[in-house]
Amino acid sequence: MIGIEHYVVVSAILFVLGVLGIFLNRKNVIVILMAIELILLAVNINLVGFSAFLGDLTGQIFAMFVLTVAAAEAAIGLAILVIYYRGRGTIAIDDVDRLKD
Amino acid sequence: MIQLFAFYMFATIVILAAVMVILARNPVHSVLWLILAFFNAAGLMVLVGAEFVAVLLVIVYVGAVAVLFLFVVMMLDIDVASMRAGFVRNAPLGFAVALVLLAEMVLGFGAYRAGGLALGTPAAPSQALPGLSNIQNVGALLYTRYVFLFEMAGLILLVAMIGAIVLTHRDRRGSAARQDIARQIGRKPVDATVMTRPKVGEGVEL
Repeated sequence: MIGIEHYVVVSAILFVLGVLGIFLNRKNVIVILMAIELILLAVNINLVGFSAFLGDLTGQIFAMFVLTVAAAEAAIGLAILVIYYRGRGTIAIDDVDRLKD
Repeated sequence: MIQLFAFYMFATIVILAAVMVILARNPVHSVLWLILAFFNAAGLMVLVGAEFVAVLLVIVYVGAVAVLFLFVVMMLDIDVASMRAGFVRNAPLGFAVALVLLAEMVLGFGAYRAGGLALGTPAAPSQALPGLSNIQNVGALLYTRYVFLFEMAGLILLVAMIGAIVLTHRDRRGSAARQDIARQIGRKPVDATVMTRPKVGEGVEL
């Protein structure tokens, strides 16, 4: 039978994959944003899993709020990406050093 | 039995899709794998009876966020090859951090299995009301106890919407396509037309 352990393990693996994605694709901002979405997805799976197995609906409500914030974050992040690309013609993270000068 | 089979199918595909998201060479492929991961995560949530969150995941993520990603990826002209540079250089550090993180999570899980930890029991559990569907239960809780959080979520979305518009809005001054209403209304026939009375057999001097 499926237990809470199954869901915790899947979400842990997904979370680690998201963190790994940030490290591996250090140059590509778009893939980093997608890796953040993966991390938030892992959090959502965890929340829903615990909500279901503890019989407490609060987890599902908070999964909804995480979803809301993730959508807002993606919209703002991609908007920043677009104006950055418009100004510089590239999205490589290594070039993001204008504030240093 | 069928439930266990479905769980392992969804879990395997969601993890494989996540691996492909971070390893795919082309960002467009990454977005497509991300969509697959979201669909299968929604399947995982349906399995434990959280239908509303599952449907929300499909609608919000696949319908809005993933399409937004696709638009941006296709709008920007990205040099895929140069993006992959440094992949090998960063790989050892990345795998080390990932291994440590996974080991810690497994350790915490092991501590729970060994009986060292107990799952929390909510003081005032928001239990599902019997006889109501998942959506009705979520709604009954969301619009009573969490109504202020709900309003705040709406406010966050509004701020995000305005922020995205303000950030990407371009004022196209000097462009031919721009409409200047004051100039348009202030224009008089005298400024725009000239009356001439050409003689017979002669043209109009412009």
